[in-house]
Amino acid sequence: MLKFDNVSMRYPEVGDVLRNVSFHLEKGEIAFLTGHSGAGKSTLFKLITMMERTQRGKITFNNKDLIRLRSSKVPWVRREMGLIFQDYKLLNDRTVFDNVALPLVVMGYSYGEIARRVRAALDKVGLLGKERKYPLTLSGGEQQRVGIARAVVNKPLMILADEPTGNLDPELSAEIMYLFEQFQQIGTTVLIASHDISLISKLNHRVLKLDHGQLVSGE
Amino acid sequence: MQQHKPRHNHNRVIEAKRNTKQTSRVGGDFSDKLRAYRDLHAHALFSSLGRLVAARVNAVLTIIVLSISISLACGFYLLVENAEQLTTDLETSNQISLFLRDDVSLASATRLANGIQLDPSVQAVKVITKEEALKEFEDFSGFGEAIKALEKNPLPIVLQVIPKNSLEDGQNIETLVENFKQAGEVDFAQLDLQWVKRLQLMIEVARVSVTLLGVLLGLAVLFITGNTIRLELHNRQDEIVIAKLVGATNNFVQRPFLYSGFWIGFFSGISAWFIVTLMMLVIKQPIEKLSMLYNSSFHLVFMGFFETVALILISAGLGVAGSWLVVHLQVRKIS
Repeated sequence: MLKFDNVSMRYPEVGDVLRNVSFHLEKGEIAFLTGHSGAGKSTLFKLITMMERTQRGKITFNNKDLIRLRSSKVPWVRREMGLIFQDYKLLNDRTVFDNVALPLVVMGYSYGEIARRVRAALDKVGLLGKERKYPLTLSGGEQQRVGIARAVVNKPLMILADEPTGNLDPELSAEIMYLFEQFQQIGTTVLIASHDISLISKLNHRVLKLDHGQLVSGE
Repeated sequence: MQQHKPRHNHNRVIEAKRNTKQTSRVGGDFSDKLRAYRDLHAHALFSSLGRLVAARVNAVLTIIVLSISISLACGFYLLVENAEQLTTDLETSNQISLFLRDDVSLASATRLANGIQLDPSVQAVKVITKEEALKEFEDFSGFGEAIKALEKNPLPIVLQVIPKNSLEDGQNIETLVENFKQAGEVDFAQLDLQWVKRLQLMIEVARVSVTLLGVLLGLAVLFITGNTIRLELHNRQDEIVIAKLVGATNNFVQRPFLYSGFWIGFFSGISAWFIVTLMMLVIKQPIEKLSMLYNSSFHLVFMGFFETVALILISAGLGVAGSWLVVHLQVRKIS
């Protein structure tokens, strides 16, 4: 599903932030990406989501070469990924419903289909009945679950979560992790960046560890 | 791989949009997607209007500035249109007026007229007696009463000479005028056509100036809209980033801003129409009074139906173009 082959990334100001990173995530696999801050986790995520582009190495996602993908094709590949962020990245002036609906609106679904799918996604994360609320009236855990509903509403092939529990207490974090495991069980590939060692060690999943831009374990 | 289906369908629609020949192959599914696409546009159209209403103060200020610019251009345009009306009646007149010396009698004036009539390049000659001239002057100048106060009729006998049409443009007509000037009875010879031509050229100069002014004001509209949209774009940067991360194309992100530009231009066009029409209504009465004093059939020309439609369409078009200039570049930069 997701394959890195000798991927390197260099910022002119900083130097190498990723060096010869290679790994392969199978379809339906769940894995943690860990490492100290500045180890290259964010850069790796940005390369997968094509917020940053590199020329060195090869990244394959669902049989598509992400490094040589034309900019105009990027939106279509992003529609096959569900992205979750530490700061949730919700639109605070829109209702929960509108936030979750965004990927479907972008893809041009009809209103009826959108309403059906948004409710299904909110049901999955346990927020059914909060469609009309605004994100800032919700707790942190609830806001993150809105973010998760948005990520899964268009049934992505892969979920990418960047420090999804970074702002949550251990109990809420465990709940969020349980949600991810559920999506994995229906065949979705999940990659979670996290430096929450205690959480990672509790769950028995594959761990990719980055150190100074190099993958030191989990290859 | 159930989840793949809608995505592929969507791609097919995109392809079909690019090439309408594919429509039949895509079939019923296409009409569904077309409806969704239409919904998408309708949503952008009305949500951009909604945002405009939400940001009332900004929108209203921009629209006021734009409508003043547009109404300036329209006002000058109407000015020229109206001035042009003055020359339309005169267009056919290429006659030569010969003002005879005061001491020339009507008999010798008639004799001179008969002589001129024999000239092969002359089509007709008409003698206007002092009395006829006075009557005409009283009727058309608005100074009738003042003239009556004079003891003696100050107007000379005038011969109106209409040259043959073949002479109209050439040097010949000038030669003819020069010849008439040689006659002892003629005090002053005037080629009316020259005055019409001068007036027409003046209006032509005004028309070109107004066109240039219109282009400048149009550019102002373009860039003012662009700047307003740039601010909106800046305010909604987070939203754009998020939309792009969940797979929005540049076109999708751009669309509401283009519609915002459309609405700004559209409302500016309408309000410019009101401003111009109001100004015309205000000056209508004094102009008509003035025109009455000159016994003229002058009618003030307002914005016509097609001109109004063109005004609104051009304004809306400038709004879209101004928005596009900014959005097209900026949206691609945000990632």
